[in-house]
Amino acid sequence: MSKPKFAMYWAAACGGCEIAVLNIDEKVLDLDANFEVAFWPAAMDVKYKDVEAMEDASILVTLFNGSIRTDENEHMARLLRRKSRILVAFGSCANEGCIPGLANLSSRESLFERVYQANATSPSTENPNNLRPQASSQVPEGTLTLPPLQAVIRTLDQVVEVDYHVPGCPPESRQIAAVLDALIAVVKGEAELPPKGAVLGAGNSTVCDECARKRDVKQIGKISRIQELPPLATDVCLLEQGLMCAGPATRSGCDSRCPNVGAPCIGCYGAAPGVLDQGARLMTAIASVVDANEPDAIDRVLDGIPDPAGSFYRFSLAHSLLRANRAALAEKP
Amino acid sequence: MAGQELIEQDIHEQQLTRVVVAACSPHLHEKTFRGVCERSGMNPYLSEMASIREHVAWVHTDKVAATAKAKAIVSGTVERVLKNDPLEAIRVPIDAQTLVVGGGIAGIQAALEVAEAGYDVYLIEREASLGGHMAQFDKTFPTLDCAACILTPKMASAGAHPKVHLFTWSEVEKVEGFVGNYTVTVKKKPRYVDEDICTGCGICVEKCPVLVVDDKFEAGIGYRKAIYWPFAQAVPNLPVLDTETCTYYIGGKGGCRACEKFCPTVPNSIKFDQKEERVTLKVGNIILATGWDLFNARRIPQYGYGRLANVFTNLELERMCNAAGPTGGKVVLRDGQTAPKRVGIVHCVGSRDRNYNRHCSAICCMQSLKTAHLVKERTGAEVYNFYIDIRTPGKEYDEFYQRVLDDGVHFVRGKVAEISDIPFDPAEASRNGAGTLYIQVEDTLAGMQRRIPVDMVVLAAGLEPRRDSSEVGKTFGIACSSNGWFIEKHAKMDPIATMTEGVFVAGCAGGPKDIPASVSQGSAAAARVLNYIRQGELALEPVRASVLEERCSGCRICNGLCPFNAISFIEERKVTEINAALCQGCGTCVAACPAGAIQGTGFSNEQLFAQIEGLLRDVNRSHEPEVV
Repeated sequence: MSKPKFAMYWAAACGGCEIAVLNIDEKVLDLDANFEVAFWPAAMDVKYKDVEAMEDASILVTLFNGSIRTDENEHMARLLRRKSRILVAFGSCANEGCIPGLANLSSRESLFERVYQANATSPSTENPNNLRPQASSQVPEGTLTLPPLQAVIRTLDQVVEVDYHVPGCPPESRQIAAVLDALIAVVKGEAELPPKGAVLGAGNSTVCDECARKRDVKQIGKISRIQELPPLATDVCLLEQGLMCAGPATRSGCDSRCPNVGAPCIGCYGAAPGVLDQGARLMTAIASVVDANEPDAIDRVLDGIPDPAGSFYRFSLAHSLLRANRAALAEKP
Repeated sequence: MAGQELIEQDIHEQQLTRVVVAACSPHLHEKTFRGVCERSGMNPYLSEMASIREHVAWVHTDKVAATAKAKAIVSGTVERVLKNDPLEAIRVPIDAQTLVVGGGIAGIQAALEVAEAGYDVYLIEREASLGGHMAQFDKTFPTLDCAACILTPKMASAGAHPKVHLFTWSEVEKVEGFVGNYTVTVKKKPRYVDEDICTGCGICVEKCPVLVVDDKFEAGIGYRKAIYWPFAQAVPNLPVLDTETCTYYIGGKGGCRACEKFCPTVPNSIKFDQKEERVTLKVGNIILATGWDLFNARRIPQYGYGRLANVFTNLELERMCNAAGPTGGKVVLRDGQTAPKRVGIVHCVGSRDRNYNRHCSAICCMQSLKTAHLVKERTGAEVYNFYIDIRTPGKEYDEFYQRVLDDGVHFVRGKVAEISDIPFDPAEASRNGAGTLYIQVEDTLAGMQRRIPVDMVVLAAGLEPRRDSSEVGKTFGIACSSNGWFIEKHAKMDPIATMTEGVFVAGCAGGPKDIPASVSQGSAAAARVLNYIRQGELALEPVRASVLEERCSGCRICNGLCPFNAISFIEERKVTEINAALCQGCGTCVAACPAGAIQGTGFSNEQLFAQIEGLLRDVNRSHEPEVV
């Protein structure tokens, strides 16, 4: 009997999700033992046309990481949806847009300007001839094309139907291994598939639930960045020590790795179960415990948050109620 | 056919399962229309109000846009009501004991009304005696009957009533619970006199060698001892010892002890080591009659109070006019002897003034007219009243004004600019004599600047909210308006109740009032309380917050937010719990919970998003993200 087919694809993402999968060490051999890897560009050479040639629904499971930024991303999302019985939004980009999703606060033009302009504001740009990538360019060998950028970043479930979600930036390797084990159990007929739409490889509460620090009633009189503070107490809630910590509003499952070593949670596991907008939840939570009553005093506390959009919506903007700003949305291709 | 009947008929004929009434805010008539639904056999919580009066008609002038907005609000409410669940009202028993805070005339009236009906009342007074501000007044307008003569019998009845349990020299420290079931912690400040033993003979007061200025009851123009009665008719008839002026305490608990030495009771009533006490009371309802503070006239430096000796406040004049007061009822200058020949009375001091308080203090016109009459009667002086408008809206009030006009009191319409003791030139000085105060005012009726020389000025300082009203409001879970008066549930239709069930406001705590209005409010509050007591139990809105424990991470964001103390943290399980009986369904914690672990009945995500969808149904959707 032939093994069921497995695929993994990398859309608009950094590649961390791919590394995280490899980080499960020898567990990857179980994957190979139980699946035929049909398509995994980061691991082996298979062409898009080979995928296109496959029968619809012939791949049992596809882990799709990355968001939908280009026409190519969208094409592959639709193609893999058609070819897969189970499509998993894998990692923060596919689920909620992640850090690339913050580009939804800018128009494409301003993104290009920032990245490619000769006297760009980006310190890493060196582009004296003002070269810009073109959707199509002529070279002696013929015409080269690049997939055009779409107006805004979309998450996988904003483009195609998604069966399961694995959150995290990247998902914790321990959790990935557990998800693979569960899948293998299903393949072997030892377990049932979870209900459609389930979030796999994560907890049902928030990061605080796994955080070892002691928590008290909160009164935040000042919010600072970590480099501005003296050495922090190792056993007290970071938020109570004046750090912007997204832990209270972020789904558990990561074992609270960042707060447990003294770095505030930045929210990569996304919204808690049943929450539609992680950023809005975090914002109202922080606003509720600001220890000030007068408008000026409140402003002084909130001024401690250097980049509110990036602090509250670092991972979830593209999948929030806001999704994008008007400048980005209004732009026509 | 009346509207309510029409709805009933439609519910029956059309077999309706949901009802939306597009009218005013739910505040006013939600109960009415829920009642209609209930009578028609529907669950009342399957109806909703769309507020198109407060949210549309009252706030917009563009009729076309307003109509579009009204339609959107109705559309949103229709979508929302579809997601409503049938709910059952929560029924709570009502404890028949009542707390009245404030022993002024409003509080006394409320306490007596409830007690007369046969129910126990705890009457809490911050000062050492009942009476409040009314006890300081000499005569009451417009009838000029003696304030003490009509107040002290009420004080005595309250003091002697078997159902009134008096706590003077005490303050409410903490209030927990909810309508029908409040637990109140009262702090009893030490009097250093044993309430159970003291007979009120007064020998201790007589023997006390320390005389200090009484800046409370006598408004700073009389004296009292270090151990003293607040005033002669004090209820209870018990002295109180002031440790800040007592020789024994000043000397680090050494010396004097005259009071103890001469106390005739056995055992001795003086208890130098008396400590603060806490008493816990269980009550079903609370009436707040915490009164007012006098505007501090020193805040208006150009009027010279505190700097110019013969500038007095209205309260000082009240004490001066009183036959039992420091001057024996004589109106005299600060030297205590000279009767003034010319007296100026300045209205609206600190009231109706954008620099201090915008509100009208309501009683000072009448009080100033009364003062004018009394001064005229007692000294024969020329009396000038400086007013912005004369406000005499009470029964027989304007008749009294006419009487004072007939007395020959002068009225100058204009806001006083300055009161000065410095003459313009030697001619003015020699014309008016030394010690004259000059009142600079624009007489707006005569259309000219005037400079009126007088010997004495009386400032009609206005009424202000108690300085600690916002903390008191927090203790009792009710709100103050921006200027500090407690906010009633409805300014017209429910001026006694507050937004917190079982907490009522009477007298000046809710805004300036005269004595008849304060007494009426005291009675009205008592009637509301008695109504609850007789019902025995009360139906409460079933809108409550609850925690989904498996989602709660114990982050404790919500722990400090509950205005009703309904939230507690369970240390062993590291989760937060909400006491459904204490919760009032305000939604503060629901909004704050970052984990979405707190749910509010009637405000689910489904309901709110359905409402938003409905609201935005007709909105141009051109801003939708493009789909390639």
